[in-house]
Amino acid sequence: MTPVTAATLGAVLAQQVAGGSRFAGLFGTAEPRGVLISAHLADSGTVRTMNVLLPAPGDNYPSVTVRVGAAFWYERELQDAFGLVPVGHPRPEPLILPLPNGAGWHPRPGEQVDAPGVAADPDPRALPRHVTGPGLFTIPHGPVRSGVLESIEYLVETPGEDIPHLNMRVFYKHRGIEKRFEQMPAADGVLLAERVEGTASVAHALAYCHALERLAGCEVPLPARLVRMLHAELERVAGYLDVTARLADAAGLAVATARFSWHKERVLRLVSRLCGSRFGRGIVLPGGIGGLPLAGSAEVLAETARLEKAIGADSAALMGTSSFLDRLRGTGPLRPERARAHGALGPIGRASGFADDSRFTRPYDAYPAVEPAQLSGHADGDALARLRVRMDELGQSFGLIRRAASELGQVAGQPLRADCEPAEGRAVGWAESPHGEVLYDVRLAGGRIVRCRPRSASFHNLVLMHEVFAGDILTDFPFIEASFGLCVAGVAL
Amino acid sequence: MWVLRGLRNGVVTTRWPAKPDPYADEWRGPATVLDGGRGTAGERGTAGERGTADRLDQLCPTGAIDQREDGGVTLDQGKCICCGRCVTARPELFGWARGPASGALTRGGLVVPEIAETDEDLAQMRASLRGRTRALGRSVHLRHVDAGSDGSEEWELQALLNPVYDVHRLGVFFTASPRHADVLIVTGAGTRGMAEPLRLTYQGMPDPKIVIAAGTDAVSGGLLADSYATRGGIGEILPVDVWVPGSPPSPFSLLHALLLGLGRLPDRQSAEVTP
Ligand code: SF4
Repeated sequence: MTPVTAATLGAVLAQQVAGGSRFAGLFGTAEPRGVLISAHLADSGTVRTMNVLLPAPGDNYPSVTVRVGAAFWYERELQDAFGLVPVGHPRPEPLILPLPNGAGWHPRPGEQVDAPGVAADPDPRALPRHVTGPGLFTIPHGPVRSGVLESIEYLVETPGEDIPHLNMRVFYKHRGIEKRFEQMPAADGVLLAERVEGTASVAHALAYCHALERLAGCEVPLPARLVRMLHAELERVAGYLDVTARLADAAGLAVATARFSWHKERVLRLVSRLCGSRFGRGIVLPGGIGGLPLAGSAEVLAETARLEKAIGADSAALMGTSSFLDRLRGTGPLRPERARAHGALGPIGRASGFADDSRFTRPYDAYPAVEPAQLSGHADGDALARLRVRMDELGQSFGLIRRAASELGQVAGQPLRADCEPAEGRAVGWAESPHGEVLYDVRLAGGRIVRCRPRSASFHNLVLMHEVFAGDILTDFPFIEASFGLCVAGVAL
Repeated sequence: MWVLRGLRNGVVTTRWPAKPDPYADEWRGPATVLDGGRGTAGERGTAGERGTADRLDQLCPTGAIDQREDGGVTLDQGKCICCGRCVTARPELFGWARGPASGALTRGGLVVPEIAETDEDLAQMRASLRGRTRALGRSVHLRHVDAGSDGSEEWELQALLNPVYDVHRLGVFFTASPRHADVLIVTGAGTRGMAEPLRLTYQGMPDPKIVIAAGTDAVSGGLLADSYATRGGIGEILPVDVWVPGSPPSPFSLLHALLLGLGRLPDRQSAEVTP
C-alpha cells in the first residue's frame, strides 16, 4: 500500500469506511516537524491509526469532510487548535475556540510549551452569521439554559422559506483540557480523564488506563477487571435513568420524573457506598483498581435486585403511557444509512440499527468472557427507539452487575493492581460510556504525557443533532436533546 | 396509574436539616488535616523522614497541601478534588471530613486548620449577607449557570429536585429567569467563554442577590485552574458569598451551602473528622 499523504487521506479514509471500518476520529499533534494528523478507524477487535505529517509551515490540506462527512466537526476542531485550513470544507468556521479575527494564536496541543499569560477570550463575533437579510432570522437558545443544564447555544437559523437549520455553539465550555494533560505525570492523567465528562468518569478513566496498560503490556488482575465492569455498568444504569427522567420531565409527567430521579439517586448512593464517590471516581487506576468495593457482594446483589424490580415496574408503566409514547414516536429520527455513514455511537447508533458496542466488538476488562445479551433491536431511529434501546440495555447491565458482584465473592485475596508505569510510546484506549465509545490517544515520554486526546461519544454524536432537527425548537427539541443524552463537557474539551 | 405510584414516594424524603440524616452525616467530604496540622509532621527528625515530609507539598495534584515554615501543614479544601492520595499516603496526617457542612462563607474559611481571619472581616461579611437575606422571603428562587463544569455538578444540583432532597419543602425553587432569581448558583471552573454570559445573568438579577460557587472547580478552578481557556474559579468573575468544595459536591453539601447562604444555618456546623 502506498503511504497515505495529506492529499490522499480523504480518499483512503472513504475507501476504508466503504469497506466496513468505522471512522472514529481525526486528531492533530503539534510536533517540531509540523502537525501530525492522525485518523482512527475502528474495526472488530481493534482501532487502527493512520498518520499523515503536514510539514511546517504548512497550514492547509484538502478537506477530509468532502469525502467522509463524519469529519465535519473534527476538521473544524483541527483548525481552531492548530490553524490548519481544510480546503473545501463546507463550513470551515471556528468550533471550539472562536478568537477575534487576526488573533493568530492557537493552543497547538502536543507542543510542549507553556503559554503563561495567554488569555484566549472567545469572541462570538468571530463566527459568521449565515442567515442575514430581511425576513430571515436567527433565534438563539442558550448558552445559559432555562433548566439546570450544561451551557451550550443552539441557534435556529431560518432562511426564508427553507427548512430551519440548527447551528450549535459549543465553545462556551472549552476548558483547555488537552493542553492541561500535557506534561502531567502519566499516573495523574486519570484524575483529569475522570473530569472530561463527569457523568462518564469511569468510562473515561478506563479508556485512558487501557491506553497506558497497552503501552506497559500489563495484565489487569481478575478482581480489578470485575470491579471495573461493576462500576462501568452502574454508571451506565445511572446515565440511562437520567435520560428516562429527562424525557418524562419533558413530557410533563411529574410522578414518573420523580420516580426515575429517585431510582437514579439510589444508584448514585450505591456507587458511593461502594467507593466513597457517587461517580465512581478513584476506582480505576492504571494497572487495576484503587480498592475493592466497601460493601460486600451480598449487599450489592440485594440492592440491585430491589432496584431492578422497582425500575422494571416503573418502566412498564411509562412504556404503557400512550401520551408519553406519542411525544417520542417519530421525533428526531436518525435514518439508518446516516447512522452508519457517520458511525453513530452508543444508544443513538444502536437505535438506528448501527451497533458498534466496544464492550463486545473490542472487549476489554471482564467483557471478553461475556456473551452479549440478545436485545430486541429497536431500530426505528426516533426518540422512542433510543429510549427502548436503553431500557433493554438496563436489563443487560443489571445482569452484568450481578455477574461481577457474584464472581467478586470468589476471588478474595488476589492482587488488585499490576505494575503499570510505562514511560514512552503511544497507544490508543477505549471504553463504552453510557453515551457510546470513548477513545483516548495517549503519547508518553519520560513517564509524562506528551499528548492526550480524549474523544468523547458526545463530541462524535452531538453533530447529528443537525440531521434530526425538523425545525421546531419548542415542542420536539427537549425530547430530541434528552434522547441524545449527551454531556456537553465532553464536546469542546 | 402514575398518581398511585407517586404516593409511595412520600416516605423517601429526607427531613434534614431539621432531623439528622445518616447519608448526609456519613458523606465523605473533602480531605482534612488531622490533629490541627501538627502531629507527626512536627516531630519529624531524621533526614530520611524529612525526605518524606518534604514531599508533602507534592502529594496533592492540585497543590491544596501546603507545608508551613514551622512544620505545620495546611490543606485548602477549596482546591481538593477528593482524589484521596494524601489520605492513602499519610493516613496519620490526613483524613476525610465527614458530613454535609463543607461550605463556608469566606474563601479562607476552606483552609484547614483554620487560618486566622480578622474578626472584623468576618463580622462585616456576615452583616452584609444578613442584610441581603433579610430581604428575602421564605420562598427563594435559584438560578443556575454552568461556567465550565464537567457535567456531574449539574446532576447533583438536579438531584435537589428529586423526592429524596425535595427542596420545595424548604421553599426553594429553581427559576429560568434571572429577573426572578435571588440566588445564583454557579458550577464549573469559569471558562473564558462563559465569563460574559455569567456576568450578564448576574447583572440581570435584582438586588439583593447571593452567589454560590458550587464545587471545587467553581471555587478554585480545580485541576483546570488558570489556563488560556479557564480562570481559577468563578470568584475571578463574580463576587461570591458561599464557597462549597467537592468534586462534585454532594446534594447535601449543596443544600447546606444554600441554607448557609440564606442564613438558615450556622457557618461551618462542626464537621466531624474521621481518619
Ligand atoms: S484528597 Fe487529593 S486533592 Fe484533596 S487534598 Fe488530598 S491529595 Fe489533594
